[in-house]
Amino acid sequence: MLSDKYASEITEILNRYPAERRRSAVMPLLYLAQSAYGHLSKEAIDEVGAITGVAPTDVAGVVGFYSLYHDHAAGKRRVQICTDLPCALRGADAWAAEFLARLNLKKWDETTADGEFTVEHVMCIGACDKAPCFQVQDSTGIHFHESQPDKAMTVDEAVGILEQLKGK
Amino acid sequence: MDQGKHILFRHRDIANIRDLDVYLAHGGFEAFKKAVTTMTPQQVIDEVKNSGLRGRGGAGFPTGLKWSFLTKDSFPRYVVINSDESEPGTFKDREILTHNPFQFLEGAMITAYASQANTIYNYVRGEYWDVVAGLEQCVAQLYERGFLGEKLFGTEYRLDFYHHRGAGAYICGEESALLESIEGKLGQPRLKPPFPADKGLYAKPTVVNNTETVTNVPFIIQNGAAAYRQNGTEKSPGTKLFCLSGHIQKPGNVELPLGTTLRELIYTHGGGIREGKGFKAVMLSGASSVVLKVDDALLDTPLDYESVAAKGAMLGSASVIVLDETVDLSWVILKTTRFFKHESCGKCTPCREGTYWMLSILERINKGGAAKADVELLQNVASQIQNKCLCPLGEFSVTPVLASLKAFRGDFDARTTDGAPKAAPKKAAVAAGD
Repeated sequence: MLSDKYASEITEILNRYPAERRRSAVMPLLYLAQSAYGHLSKEAIDEVGAITGVAPTDVAGVVGFYSLYHDHAAGKRRVQICTDLPCALRGADAWAAEFLARLNLKKWDETTADGEFTVEHVMCIGACDKAPCFQVQDSTGIHFHESQPDKAMTVDEAVGILEQLKGK
Repeated sequence: MDQGKHILFRHRDIANIRDLDVYLAHGGFEAFKKAVTTMTPQQVIDEVKNSGLRGRGGAGFPTGLKWSFLTKDSFPRYVVINSDESEPGTFKDREILTHNPFQFLEGAMITAYASQANTIYNYVRGEYWDVVAGLEQCVAQLYERGFLGEKLFGTEYRLDFYHHRGAGAYICGEESALLESIEGKLGQPRLKPPFPADKGLYAKPTVVNNTETVTNVPFIIQNGAAAYRQNGTEKSPGTKLFCLSGHIQKPGNVELPLGTTLRELIYTHGGGIREGKGFKAVMLSGASSVVLKVDDALLDTPLDYESVAAKGAMLGSASVIVLDETVDLSWVILKTTRFFKHESCGKCTPCREGTYWMLSILERINKGGAAKADVELLQNVASQIQNKCLCPLGEFSVTPVLASLKAFRGDFDARTTDGAPKAAPKKAAVAAGD
């Protein structure tokens, strides 16, 4: 149970908002549950609902609305690549295709054979000047990996970053 | 800007300004102290009004005026900072929050004092996870040093600061959707009125300001409105952060006085077009821009709110996406439409369904299987989304589509089966360095 294992974190989250506004804690609690469980199962949603007094249906609605919450299991880490216009102008589409091929993945949302990485296609991640770029979402949060303005990150370098993450 | 003259990007002039002691050594929190100990909230509002500071999130609304709209004698009040920058082409707030966090925090805190609010929520997009982790450490230091908490500077003023992470929804950059999101709901826009100044967060009077906007405030309070007006134009005072992306030699942020010409921005500060190619088109306010055909007159346009509006476009958040002569606008619009289709919150039918159908037509056009009638259909669908939605997202989705169909119709027709590509007029693009 979240409320046993993360009591102090839950109190800290609830204290950010007025006492009668516990619903505001739904989003940070969903992040906490996702870190703890890997994804937001029905049980996790029920727990967040119980802590905040919000109907599980409404919590599930929040999970469905926001793209960084996941209601299904995937690889240990989600590798999220942006191919929106500014990135695409700097070659992100071809880069992403090569990246998927290097990981032996045929299309987006597939997971590597070792279960480590699920590669997802996301909207703009706010690093347009550092394309190609991607972020890795895992139990520790979301972390950027990006090119330097004067030197594009190669697919080799990106694959190397993932290799280093394995086992961590 | 000359070295040593940044107002917002002071981290580019002063090493390690993200350390509190360095920030304090360079006048940090003197403006906040000055406001709280020597000025009334109304005096702070008047100073910011006189400075002419306008909202940097996109709309350009006068900041001091916005603060003055708060419903009288209604408490508690809230200050909410919009750090949800999510528009393709925009990455300025990220640099402020990462490298000059205390100036941002001080600006937000002065905003709270002026608004007579005791609580600030900074809504930051979830993708900026590590940025928030850094900001939370900064906030903890401010509590330790007595800049946040009870009885600030020996007065009765109390102020608390919290972060609220978004979770991947562009729509939450719209202020009423952002407030819904802090309340733990789906990020869908509210019907206005009431406006946030009357019924905002938890139905209390609320100021919602962009990150860059409030980062201007310490300078204004410390040096006065007249000093602030040394930069920029009469109606668009101050400096602005310009985000350069796309086919530019030197992508990145640059801080320049409002009113700097597009030519100076691109060729002096951006290093010109990548690989010496011709400069075909520009989007000045990210993916939702009016796509402008580049010519000499456009290059000489001063980038301030009025001059850009006179060109039929918006300066917006000054997210400048550069498109060189190799770009096909039907592909550009496929990209922008895909974004808005994904990000439509689903509340209003014209936006939800319209973006779906626009994307479907654009995919057909880009695959080469469309007829000219499909281009007409695209125009038709786009026109039916216009002016029919609660919030600007629907409008944003349509703006680049209609602008491109008007200025670059040949790019679309050339992809159709009956479009006679040869007839498409090939206008000479402006050469780099012209």
